Amino acid sequence: MSDTTASNSRSGETIRANPRSSALRAAGPWLLSAAALVALPFIFRSDTYLTVMSLMGIAIVFALSYNMMLGQTGMLSFGHAVYYGLGAYFVVHGMNWAIATRAPIPLPLMPLVGGIAGLGFAVIFGWLSTKRSGTTFSMISLGLAELVGSSSLILRTFFGGEEGITTNRTKLLRLTDWSFGSQFQMYYLIAAWCLISAVVMYALTRTPFGRMCNAVRENPERAQFVGYNPQVVRYIAFCLSGFFAGIAGALAGINFELANANLFGAAQSGTVLLATFIGGIGTFVGPVLGAVLVSYLQVMLSDITEVWQLYFGLMFIAVVMFAPGGLAGLVQMHAPVVRAGVIGRLMPSYLMAIVPALLLLLGVVMLIEMTVQLAVKQSEGPAMKLFGIGFNANQPWPWLLMVVLLASAYALFRLVSPRLSAAWDSARVTAAERGIVI
Amino acid sequence: MSAPAALEIRGLKKSFGPAEIIRGVDLVVPKGERHAVIGPNGAGKSTLFNLISGLLVPTSGEVVLNGARISGRPAFEINRRGLSRSFQVTNIFPRMSVFENIRCGVLWSANQKYAFWRGVQSAAGVAERTEKVLDEIGLTDRREVLAGVLTYAEQRALEIGITVAGGAEVILLDEPTAGMSRHETDRAVGLIRRISEGRTLMIVEHDMGVVFGLADRISVLVYGEIVATGPPAEIRASAKVKEAYLGEEAHA
Ligand SMILES: Nc1ncnc2c1ncn2[C@@H]1O[C@H](COP(=O)(O)OP(=O)(O)OP(=O)(O)O)[C@@H](O)[C@H]1O
Ligand SMILES: [Mg+2]
Repeated sequence: MSDTTASNSRSGETIRANPRSSALRAAGPWLLSAAALVALPFIFRSDTYLTVMSLMGIAIVFALSYNMMLGQTGMLSFGHAVYYGLGAYFVVHGMNWAIATRAPIPLPLMPLVGGIAGLGFAVIFGWLSTKRSGTTFSMISLGLAELVGSSSLILRTFFGGEEGITTNRTKLLRLTDWSFGSQFQMYYLIAAWCLISAVVMYALTRTPFGRMCNAVRENPERAQFVGYNPQVVRYIAFCLSGFFAGIAGALAGINFELANANLFGAAQSGTVLLATFIGGIGTFVGPVLGAVLVSYLQVMLSDITEVWQLYFGLMFIAVVMFAPGGLAGLVQMHAPVVRAGVIGRLMPSYLMAIVPALLLLLGVVMLIEMTVQLAVKQSEGPAMKLFGIGFNANQPWPWLLMVVLLASAYALFRLVSPRLSAAWDSARVTAAERGIVI
Repeated sequence: MSAPAALEIRGLKKSFGPAEIIRGVDLVVPKGERHAVIGPNGAGKSTLFNLISGLLVPTSGEVVLNGARISGRPAFEINRRGLSRSFQVTNIFPRMSVFENIRCGVLWSANQKYAFWRGVQSAAGVAERTEKVLDEIGLTDRREVLAGVLTYAEQRALEIGITVAGGAEVILLDEPTAGMSRHETDRAVGLIRRISEGRTLMIVEHDMGVVFGLADRISVLVYGEIVATGPPAEIRASAKVKEAYLGEEAHA
């Protein structure tokens, strides 16, 4: 999990000789992202895709806001959905108010209401929680989430009880002929806010404050001895993070035309942690990857299995144990290998590793689904279908097959792994000869 | 007695539970002096630095910096008032580049504070100052390397770099050459000499060659008390010091 800061300063300082090319370099990825965001709905046209891509955009903003704390400042929050959920509630109330009073506020500006709500509550709650760091901070975040969760059940007029509150996003002042009634138009609203938020959050990492966030993450004691109060750094990070979480929540509220207690529940806080971590907390793009993947899997997996959360849990554990840098970390790990031109050496063993990986996946899926069939879905009987094959989960042979799959996956991994590490060693040596450190 | 001393310590005491570790220290360090603190292991030298720099709060007594009382103030405030320190155990920002490490030391003094509305690149004078410090500590070539993977001697140089980056008037260095080879020590001494030019320096050091070569005055701390303060020649000649400290060294 090598840090982004090293490469950031490289692109920032050493090419200062030519400011125009450095500006282009900085803007390049953003222009590409903007173009991709504009083009995507023309490639993925169906409503399902538009819905999924909208969810991804929301999740990206949320995960990036989360990583301002976790990855950048080293603050592990278990209650980030509080600011997301409050953002959603305030935007839905704000929209209903604007509709009722005919206030001249167009829908595209409405996410700001959520952002300000997120910021406002972060200012209050952060005052309390950022006085502490580490485990204490995490525990306070959990307590605050409980607090807000239970108040939502008490303050029924504001939170609307079990059902939550609804709105109609087409009823606001229109500046163009777009009503934002269709998912197509809604997608573009989300994409625009996603891009703006990402640019601003990236820019924040490159300010004096952003650098001191990293310093406080790395060594809060030392930060004090260069004149900074780590509590203040954490507090500002918390507030800004709350602002963008509020924006994300507002986008969700507008997208669903609904705000309910699920939005600030523990599951929501857990999902953003999962997505951010799976994507990788050590880089700026990590949470983006994680948000995209997790949103996609959430939709796809929940269609094909009831216990999709279980798969998420396993994926999370696998990432924490074997790829603590997340997806972005894996990419980053291979970048120098590619630059050194020795990626080809890893390929044979990677290809070989695909076989046990697939066997492992199959075995795990069988284990989980058969267990669920017998233990959870008892009423449906033992007959089940997996990958189009029907069988009875109470017979011994599927269990035997599952064990064989897992055992052979294990055996094959043991065969492949020395080859893989040998390939890495050889790549490393050659790369070092070519002046590239892996 | 016109200008106040850079640092004035009066009746300083510190106890951890029942154990009194600093047992009444009085010391005046005039502006521009290079002042060494020596003493056996566990004498309380690092604790004294921790009390001065605000990492610890004294049990009683006070520390005065340029005429203003700083004891009891938080560490970041003492740093902002122009007192900066290094640590005996390397204390850097490991997963940040060498350049970033030094820049963190520069930012506050360059009046950047907690600014999140302007780019760190555009901050006036910050990059120049960082480059200058990098050059001083001889790590310009290593600027992009993560601090955590530097060699030990390089990390010690970085430790000093972070400490002096903000341009503090009073510098406290806690065993800057500990664990270094002869050659590395010589380089470090040259560095310390350069960076302490025109500033007030307090240095804890076990290497007597370094101490007697560098210091204008020396204080000997034994068991939480200063048993002698004076110029190197006087300390070298003092029977009391020999008995309390240098004698031990000779045995070892
Ligand atoms: N936070 C603390 N709590 C309890 N005891 C402490 C604490 N800090 C230091 N001490 C004790 O105070 C004594 C002095 O420690 P200190 O580190 O100041 O010595 P030192 O002179 O710097 O020694 P060295 O030459 O080994 O660095 C030691 O006995 C140490 O165990
Ligand atoms: Mg010490």
